[in-house]
Amino acid sequence: MSSPLALPFQTGGHPAADSTGSSHMIHTSVESPKPLPAGGEITPLLTLSGISKNFPGVRALSGVSLSLYPGQVTALIGENGAGKSTLVKILTGIYQPDEGEIRIGGQPAKLPTAHAAFEQGITAIHQETVLFDHLTVAENIFLGHAPRTRFGMIDWRTMRANAKEVLETLGAGHIDADAPLSDLGIANKHLVAIARAMSIDARIVIMDEPTAALSAKEIEELFLLIEFLKSQKKAILFISHKFDEIFRIADRYTVFRDGQMVGEGRLAGTTQNALVRMMVGRAVDHIFPERQPKIGGPLLAVSGLSHPTEFDDISFELRQGEILGFYGLVGAGRSEVMQAIAGMTRTSRGTIMLRGQEIAPRSAADAISAGIVYVPEERGRQGVVIGMPIFQNVSLPSLKRTSKSGVLRLAEEFRLARTYTERLDLRASSLSQDVGTLSGGNQQKVVIAKWLATKPKVIILDEPTKGIDIGSKAAVHGFMAELVAEGLSVIMVSSELPEILGMSDRVVVMREGRIAAIRENDGLDAEMLVRLAAGIAQ
Amino acid sequence: MTTDTARHIPDRLDSPFRSAVFSWEMLLVLVAIAIFVINSIASPYFLNAWSLSDLTFNFTEKGLIALAMAMLIIAGEIDLSVAAIIALASTLMGMALQAEADTPTLVLIGVGVGLLCGAFNGVLVTRLGLPSIVVTIGTMSLFRGVAYIILGDQAYKGYPESFAFFGQGYVGWVISFELVLFLVAALVFWFLLHRTSFGRTVFAIGNNPIAAAFSGVRVERVKFILFCLTGLMSGIAAVLITSRLGSTRPSIAQGYELEVITMVVLGGVNILGGAGSILGVVLAAVIMGLVTFGLGLMNVPGIVMSIFIGLLLIVVIALPIIWNRLRERSA
Repeated sequence: MSSPLALPFQTGGHPAADSTGSSHMIHTSVESPKPLPAGGEITPLLTLSGISKNFPGVRALSGVSLSLYPGQVTALIGENGAGKSTLVKILTGIYQPDEGEIRIGGQPAKLPTAHAAFEQGITAIHQETVLFDHLTVAENIFLGHAPRTRFGMIDWRTMRANAKEVLETLGAGHIDADAPLSDLGIANKHLVAIARAMSIDARIVIMDEPTAALSAKEIEELFLLIEFLKSQKKAILFISHKFDEIFRIADRYTVFRDGQMVGEGRLAGTTQNALVRMMVGRAVDHIFPERQPKIGGPLLAVSGLSHPTEFDDISFELRQGEILGFYGLVGAGRSEVMQAIAGMTRTSRGTIMLRGQEIAPRSAADAISAGIVYVPEERGRQGVVIGMPIFQNVSLPSLKRTSKSGVLRLAEEFRLARTYTERLDLRASSLSQDVGTLSGGNQQKVVIAKWLATKPKVIILDEPTKGIDIGSKAAVHGFMAELVAEGLSVIMVSSELPEILGMSDRVVVMREGRIAAIRENDGLDAEMLVRLAAGIAQ
Repeated sequence: MTTDTARHIPDRLDSPFRSAVFSWEMLLVLVAIAIFVINSIASPYFLNAWSLSDLTFNFTEKGLIALAMAMLIIAGEIDLSVAAIIALASTLMGMALQAEADTPTLVLIGVGVGLLCGAFNGVLVTRLGLPSIVVTIGTMSLFRGVAYIILGDQAYKGYPESFAFFGQGYVGWVISFELVLFLVAALVFWFLLHRTSFGRTVFAIGNNPIAAAFSGVRVERVKFILFCLTGLMSGIAAVLITSRLGSTRPSIAQGYELEVITMVVLGGVNILGGAGSILGVVLAAVIMGLVTFGLGLMNVPGIVMSIFIGLLLIVVIALPIIWNRLRERSA
């Protein structure tokens, strides 16, 4: 990355910059004229106080406060359902608070629409970006504030030139401003989102789990960018579940629990354990459950499984009561292999044997009746059916069991849903609630419940704890340990090394569509796995 | 947030009674009563057993198709070719008539042609992965085109006496065979959509076809069956209309598809899929019958009626959207 720091680029007269009356990117000390030593108190750029928000039957936020300071990163910490997403939606003008006050630069402010938030210089970079796949990079950066010609038409040439300039300032000169966004990986999409934030001269940048889908190297690059944004005196709200990242990049913290603010302060004077205690209201002693694996004979044997483009010659064995970790870089073909085993993708060669009998699942329905279920990675798109109540989501793959000759039995469905959701400690006001009204972590619990309810022999979990909080994570891990103790076999695809090392009995490492290594999890270390996944010689 | 003890989650919060009172269906009942009252005041001929019996013929044939169409739209698909299927089925029945087919054969041909046309739509949509709106615009022209080629400006007439029962017969007093068939079919479809696991998968597909497929729902198979059902109901409607009119022209049932879709949407089925009820569709069919019959009693010409249907379609599609927007704003 070519030193991007402290190089204010020309933004070319955007309405947003005009309406706020000053260019904060250049005059960095509007709010506080005196230079600040690290650790000194400064005036916040944005303050929320007494913010409450109610939804039917749920109090999402009650009287929370939050302050964001220019040139500082504030980490927002809390379990799923603590109210973080609701707060982000209030800040970006999507929800209106029922009570409370928002002040920006000391002035009371209202954010009635997303556009109003945009004009106040608030921008958000989401976990799953909200940019437009079919537009070019330049169009995405300047959407809504494109430079105009004298005749009021979009000035494409200036727009492209400005886009290039912004990208170069961010050390992202390798991104082609004319490329459609859909050609870019998630890391580069984040760069485009940040470029967009820069181009509208945003003063407040919200990053909602920006690292969730990034590789280690990409995360480093993102952190450099955040440092750059700090040097530009942006106020940054950083939402993450990863404590190492928070301690690495953030200056301050705010902790939410059950819709209330339970603590805030400087990170310098606190510890990870103290934050976790605030977050969950109790100390989490160890994240990974202790277990005595009772591993039996081979259950699932995959040999020579191949796909025309995604993977080749995949052979491995899964034993009774075993957790088999699948590690690899994003794009190594792990999910594709699992979807093939679960009947969602066709293969060109190879066999799948379950208990010595060959199965050739041609659909998820086939795999489910054989006893293999796949809990997909993309919860919103592949996992939950939003618009349907919780109990109907849970019973969907088990309809054969909850119905009698094709006729639904509601009592059975409710019983099934209750058994599994309560075991996973789901937080919901009723089982007839639309699953779309639940927080991400609770939706994930519904998804896992619905697969377990099919009583599978093999359960494949694809990134089971991606983007969920530490409390839910521990619950999922504890639950996996219970499942294998009951004789189920688990395949866990994960990109998180601690999870792979903490949970697996054996680890399969994939690289570029092939199996790079299969190792017993005995004396394995993170470095070794990363080297295998990246193909670096030992 | 303590996770020590599992919380008990109730099945539902609202009582079923409460949700029934504040439902779209209840609104439709009120609208139907209002139109009924208006009609009785506006025309002295309305409140009469035979008038009311005649009224039912205004919705039974379209209503039969609307029952199947509702399921198709809930699953996120649509069939614009239903009226053209009627034309083709009726034409082929007429051809069979020329070959001196008996009544059971005629019925079998009408119903069978409908089923085959539906299966044809279903294959194009599910096997080739084409959007149903495009496929059925195509088959709409295709099916009626074939009817025109066979018949030109001719008409088939002279259906046997026994064939007339389906569209003109009465089961008892003023209760027509068509009305009884519609009510029985409504019960069957209500059961299928709301009380079977097949119906449940229809809702799941309409809300999220990808997640449904991951959950083991055979999405393509369900959609294929729904296209076949819609074709089958169109075939049954073809038998009824042909029997009622006693003749076949290639322009038969022209424009029915719009009235069918209007019924479905007025019945509260989400045009984007995922939500709806058979009860709503039945009520909407009755309302459409009341309105068109009422306008007919007042000697409103047909062209004005089609303007009215068009406006109604736009209003019922826009209404829920505006309603939701207002609710979000106040929330």
